[in-house]
Amino acid sequence: MTAVKFNIDTVDHAVQTPDVELPWAALGLKDNEFQRVVEILGRRPTAAELAMYSVMWSEHCSYKSSKVHLKQFGDKVTEGMLEHLLVGIGENAGVVDIGDGWAVTFKVESHNHPSFVEPYQGAATGVGGIVRDIISMGARPVAVMDPLRFGAIDHPDTPRLVHGIVAGIGGYGNSLGLPNIGGEVVFDSVYQGNPLVNALAVGVLRHEDIRLANASGVGNKVVLFGARTGGDGIGGASVLASESFDAGKPSKRPAVQVGDPFAEKVLIECCLELFKASVVEGIQDLGAAGISCATSELASNGDGGMHVELTSVLLRDPTLTPGQILMSESQERMMAVVTPSNVASFEAIMDKWNVEYSWLGEVTDTGRLIIEWDGEKIVDVDPRTVAHDGPVYNRPFHRPTWLDAVQADSFSADRPADLKAAVLKLMASPNMCSKDWVTNQYDRYVQGNTALAMPDDAGVVRVDEETGLGIALSTDANGRYSYLNPYEGARLALAEAYRNVATSGAKPMAVTDCLNFGSPEDPEVMWQFAESVRGLADACQELGVPVTGGNVSLYNQTGGVPIHPTPVVGVLGVFDDVARRTPSGWREDGQAIYLLGTTRNELDGSEWANLHGHLGGQPPAVDLGAEKTLAAILVNSSRDGMIDAAHDLSEGGLAAALSEAALRFGVGARIALDELCERDGVDPFTALFSESQARAVVAVPRSEEVRFNDMCTARNFPRLRIGVVDAENGALDVQGHFVLPLAELKEVHEATLPNHFA
Amino acid sequence: MTVETPLIGSSAAPIPDETLTGIRVGVISFPGSLDDRDAMRAVRIAGGTAVDLWHGDHDLKGVDAVVIPGGFSYGDYLRAGAISRFAPLMEQISAAASSGTLPVLGICNGFQVLTEAHLLPGSMIKNNHLHFLCRDQRLKVENTTTAWTSSYNAGDEIVVPLKNQDGQFVADERTLDELEGEGRVVFRYVGGNPNGSRRDIAGISNAAGNVVGLMPHPEHAVEAGFGPDSSAFGDVGLRGGVDGLDIFTSVLKKLVK
Repeated sequence: MTAVKFNIDTVDHAVQTPDVELPWAALGLKDNEFQRVVEILGRRPTAAELAMYSVMWSEHCSYKSSKVHLKQFGDKVTEGMLEHLLVGIGENAGVVDIGDGWAVTFKVESHNHPSFVEPYQGAATGVGGIVRDIISMGARPVAVMDPLRFGAIDHPDTPRLVHGIVAGIGGYGNSLGLPNIGGEVVFDSVYQGNPLVNALAVGVLRHEDIRLANASGVGNKVVLFGARTGGDGIGGASVLASESFDAGKPSKRPAVQVGDPFAEKVLIECCLELFKASVVEGIQDLGAAGISCATSELASNGDGGMHVELTSVLLRDPTLTPGQILMSESQERMMAVVTPSNVASFEAIMDKWNVEYSWLGEVTDTGRLIIEWDGEKIVDVDPRTVAHDGPVYNRPFHRPTWLDAVQADSFSADRPADLKAAVLKLMASPNMCSKDWVTNQYDRYVQGNTALAMPDDAGVVRVDEETGLGIALSTDANGRYSYLNPYEGARLALAEAYRNVATSGAKPMAVTDCLNFGSPEDPEVMWQFAESVRGLADACQELGVPVTGGNVSLYNQTGGVPIHPTPVVGVLGVFDDVARRTPSGWREDGQAIYLLGTTRNELDGSEWANLHGHLGGQPPAVDLGAEKTLAAILVNSSRDGMIDAAHDLSEGGLAAALSEAALRFGVGARIALDELCERDGVDPFTALFSESQARAVVAVPRSEEVRFNDMCTARNFPRLRIGVVDAENGALDVQGHFVLPLAELKEVHEATLPNHFA
Repeated sequence: MTVETPLIGSSAAPIPDETLTGIRVGVISFPGSLDDRDAMRAVRIAGGTAVDLWHGDHDLKGVDAVVIPGGFSYGDYLRAGAISRFAPLMEQISAAASSGTLPVLGICNGFQVLTEAHLLPGSMIKNNHLHFLCRDQRLKVENTTTAWTSSYNAGDEIVVPLKNQDGQFVADERTLDELEGEGRVVFRYVGGNPNGSRRDIAGISNAAGNVVGLMPHPEHAVEAGFGPDSSAFGDVGLRGGVDGLDIFTSVLKKLVK
C-alpha cells in the first residue's frame, strides 16, 4: 500500500536536529527517564522511538516501581515448588504440569483504569487481553473469572459502573464461548473513583504445545494478524494506567481500547489451528503498548534483532502517524514469527478463517530493532533497552503514621441480642448478598466441562474427558484486612484462595496475583505494596505453592486518596477426577455437620464490623500450618468420599457459611452452638460472626463419621459436630437462638442486587 | 430422598447400540459458533456419530441429520443469524430441510439462523430485560411427534440451561395462531417467561416436523456432572440433569426406523 506522507522524523533527521523539543512529559516520561533514553541512543529519539520508550517504560509495562519487590516471588522458592512449573514468571503466563501430559496456563490481570473511564469497553477488553495471553502460550482458553470491586452500592455513579462492567465482561466472554466460573463482587466506598476490574483466564494444552514469545531464526518472517490497527487505546498503558485520576484533567476516554469479541473468537480458533499445524516459531499477543511491545519483546527474547516496515501494517485509519501506530492498543491482534517454508501454510489458515494479516519484516541477528517508514529509518534501537532495561526505582516507603491509631481501634460495638435479625442483615448486605444477578449474565455452561461454578467455593473445569482430570480455581482478596495490616492481609488472601480450592476437593498447586494499589510515589502506599509482596511471597513459600505470573496495577487513586491495598490472589488446584468435587451445599437429610478449626474473638475488619462502619484493629490471625492441615483433610475427605459438602469460612464467618450451605440446594439444618462456645470460649454471637481463619463446615454421611473423626484425630485438627442436615424443616435452626426459615433468608439474600440495579 | 452423586463417565459412556452409532449427525460450525463441540458431544453421548461440518463447504458429508449449534456467529453484529444463513452449506441444508427429508435442529443461534433462512417463521429480538441471561429453565414439551422430540412423552417437562441475549421470540398474531393451531409450538417456557417471548414460546417446528428450533440448550443437559442441578423427572443432585439427552436420542431412533 502507499504510505501516507507525514513530515517523518527519521533517525537521520534526529541526528541533525538535536534540539527539537519533544513531548516526552505529555507521553508520561519523567525528565530523568527522557535523559536516559538520550544517553542510550547517543542522540535524541525520533518521535517513533519516543513513543516506544514512553509506553514500554510506563509503570504498567515496565514494573519500574514494583520490580525490586517482585523478585521475592522468584527468590523465596523451594525446589519442591518448582517441580510442576513448566514456565514461570516473565512469559505471557505461567504454565503448570497437571499430569498425564497435560499442562495448564493461567493468569489474572487488571483493567481498572479503562473500566472507570469507559466501563463496558474497559471490562470487555480486560477479558480479551488476558485471553490473548493464554492463547499466546499455545493453549486453548477454557474458562474466565472476574474479581470485581465497586464503590458504595448506593452511590449515584455505581450503577453506571456495575451495568457497564458486568455487561462488558459478559458481552465479551460469552461471545468467546468461555465459561465464567467464579470471581468476586465487593462494594466499598474506597473504590468509588477506582473500581477494580481484574480478569483471570485459564487455558489447557499438551506439554509439547507450549509456545513462547521469541523471534528466533534469522530470515524468519514477522507477521501481524487479526484486527486492523486503529486509533484506539493510544497511551492506554502510559497516560491512563500509570497515572492517578484527577478532577479537572481532560477525559482519558480515547486511551480506552474498543473490543470486538467476534474477531477474538476467530483469532482463538485460527491460532489453535496454527499451533496444530506447527507453522509458527514464536508468537506474542498485542496488548499494552501494542506493536512497540510485541516487536521489542519478540526481538530481545530471540536472536536479538528485527527489521520491520511499518507502512505494511493494515490500518483502520490511514491518517495514523508512525508513533500512533506503534503505540495503538487496538485489540484482537497477534504477532508471529514464521519460517519462509511455512508462509504458504500460514496464509492458507488465515484465509480459511478470513483473518487479515500482513508481513511486516524479518528476524535478524544484528541486535537492533530497525523500523522503517516507506524505506526511511524511523527506529533504530537495541530492543533490550526498550523491553527490559527500563528504569528501576527503589522508591522510598515508610509505615503510615496513622496505622498505629487504626490498629489500636478494635471493634467493640454491643453484641446484638437478636441473632436472627443479625444473620438476615448480614446476608442481605451488599458484600454477602447473592451475586446471581451478576453471574446470571455470564455463560457458565459453554464447553460442557464446568463441574462447579458460582456460588460454590471454587470453579471446577474438566480437562480430560476420558479420565476426568481437571482443575479448580479461586480468587480472593480482602482489602479491609490489607488496610489494617498489609503483610497479614496478603497472607490472608492467599490462605483463603488456597482454602477455597481445597474445599472444592482439589490439591492447590500454583498462584497468580493481581496487586492493586494506589500511587507508588506515596511512600505510605509503597510501604503497603512492599509489605503485601513480602507477605505473599512468604506465605507462598510456607504453603509450597509458587507464583507463576500476574500483574501489578498502581495509581489506583483519585484526588490523593488511594484504594485499600488489594492483592487479589488466584490459586489453581488439580483433581485426578472432577467427579470427586465437593459442592458447598447440603443435600442429604441426616448427614452430620462438622465445623473444622478453632473460633476466636476476631471481629476486627469483619463484614459485621463493616456493616457498622467500623474498620480498625488487626485482621484475623493467619496460621498457614493449620491451613495446610485443613486443606489436606478436605482433599483427602473428598477423594475418599468421606464428605458430601464443604464450605469454607471467610467473610461473614459461620453465619455466612451456614446460610450459604443451606441456600445452595434449599436444604436446612439443625445447629447447636453450645459445645463450640464452651470449647473455644466465645459467645454465640462471636461463634457466628467471627472471621477466624483455617475453618470450614462439612457434611459427613453417617457411615463415614468414624473414619472422618479418625482422620481429624490423626492429624490433630480440631473438629466439632455442630449439627445435622434437615431436609424437612426448610430452615436454619440454630437451637436455643432462632429458627430462620430458608424462604425468608433466600428472599432478603437475593433481593439486594436487583433492588439496586435491576 | 437419597441421591448418589453420579460419577463422570458412568452415564457418559456411549450407549452400546451399533444401530445408533451408524447414524451420522452433522454439526455445522460458523465463525463465532460456540456450542458446536458441545453439540457433537451430545450426539456421541446419545450414541450417534458426530460429524463436523464447515460453513464454507458445499458438502454435507452424507449426514443423516444436522444440528446448527449455539453461539454468536459473525458476532451477531448485524442481526443474529442474518449473515450465517448465506453460508454455502446453508443452501444444501435448506434444500434438504425444505423437502422434509433432513432432520435439522437449531439451538439458540442455530434457531436464529433457521428463522433468518425462513425454514422457521418468526424472529428473535433482544430479551425484554435487555440482559444476557443464563439460568436453568423448565420447559414443557408440547409436541412429541417431531423428529427431535419423539422420545419424550406428551406433557413431559424438562430442565435445560438457557443462555442468550437475543432470545425473545416474536411473530405476528396470525403466524402465532397458525403455529398454535398446527401444533408446531414444540417447547414452551414454564415457571416464568425468561425473555418476553410471545406466548411463552421456547421452540417451534416446521409443518413437516423435521426442522425444530429452540432457544434453550439441550446439549448442556446430557451428561451427569455437567448439567443443571435439577431435573423435571426427579431429584438428580449436583449438576446431574440430563433432560436434554432425549432430543438427540429422538432423532437417532427415528433415523434407525
